[in-house]
Amino acid sequence: MGLETAFGHSYLTTRLDEAVNWARKYSFFQYPFVTACCGMEFMSTFASTYDIARFGAEYPRFSPRQADVLFVVGTVNEKLAPVLRRVYDQMCEPKWVVAFGVCATSGGFYDNYAVVQGIDRIVPVDIYIPGCPPRPEAVLDALMELQRRVDRESVLDRRNK
Amino acid sequence: MTGTYLTDAVKERFPEDVLGTHAFRGDDTVVIRKEALPAVAAFLKDQLGFDMLMDLTAVDYLPREPRFELVCHLYSTGRNVRLRLKCPVPAGDASVASLTPLWPGAGWFEREAWDMFGLDFKGHPDLRRLLMYESFEGHPLRKDYPIDRHQPRRDDGAGRTDR
Repeated sequence: MGLETAFGHSYLTTRLDEAVNWARKYSFFQYPFVTACCGMEFMSTFASTYDIARFGAEYPRFSPRQADVLFVVGTVNEKLAPVLRRVYDQMCEPKWVVAFGVCATSGGFYDNYAVVQGIDRIVPVDIYIPGCPPRPEAVLDALMELQRRVDRESVLDRRNK
Repeated sequence: MTGTYLTDAVKERFPEDVLGTHAFRGDDTVVIRKEALPAVAAFLKDQLGFDMLMDLTAVDYLPREPRFELVCHLYSTGRNVRLRLKCPVPAGDASVASLTPLWPGAGWFEREAWDMFGLDFKGHPDLRRLLMYESFEGHPLRKDYPIDRHQPRRDDGAGRTDR
């Protein structure tokens, strides 16, 4: 039995923002920019125990052209900074960025000559996940928070300021 | 002589150039003058069978003079024997002969030592930075590199605006 049997030639009304945001927030395609040990917890989040598919975000895309959310997972050093920026620039709007773990957030304890002191010096960040590394629960919490934020956006907003 | 067979063999062959030797639990170490490095290294490779350069790095002993020390770890695959070769390098002339003619694998080790410590390897075919980027100033593992000095990369279109 399909919807057409129940509703027939019917219709429903909604706000465009709500329809678009509903589609966006339940179908995040992630670009995993994984550089360090945080990657293990990131993989764990994908695995069956924590099952990120429950949030519609189980599909990693390894092309930035096809991704909505940039997950920066791990330490980013100065030599890598232009690469991260280029990946971000190649993503299509709308796009969001998650700093996964304390290194991506602030450089962590790598306060030294090589490490970028937080990826927000390179790309705008929407969600920061603390932890070294964060537990999968924290990752799912961040994902749900990102969904709430997407829900508050409007298609009229110009995200790329 | 009081050293091991290996350290004695090197000392016997290069009495003028060996500054000291010691051995601890099978770790044989020979300290030599840096001018003698090519000759001693060739002797170790060709006569004593050290066919593999396992590691090459440096240490900054600031404020000691000579300030730097080059450290090479050699291994003989035929005899399963290791030898550590060190040579002090003064700050005023921070250069040593490249070991790439003997062991091509020295290439990246020497690039790293140049990058981190600023040791100039004479005769290296392509002495560029290995780990840091080209616009980086200074050599970060030198003891007088400020521990809190960051150099945000501004080349290569990263669009950095911080600091």
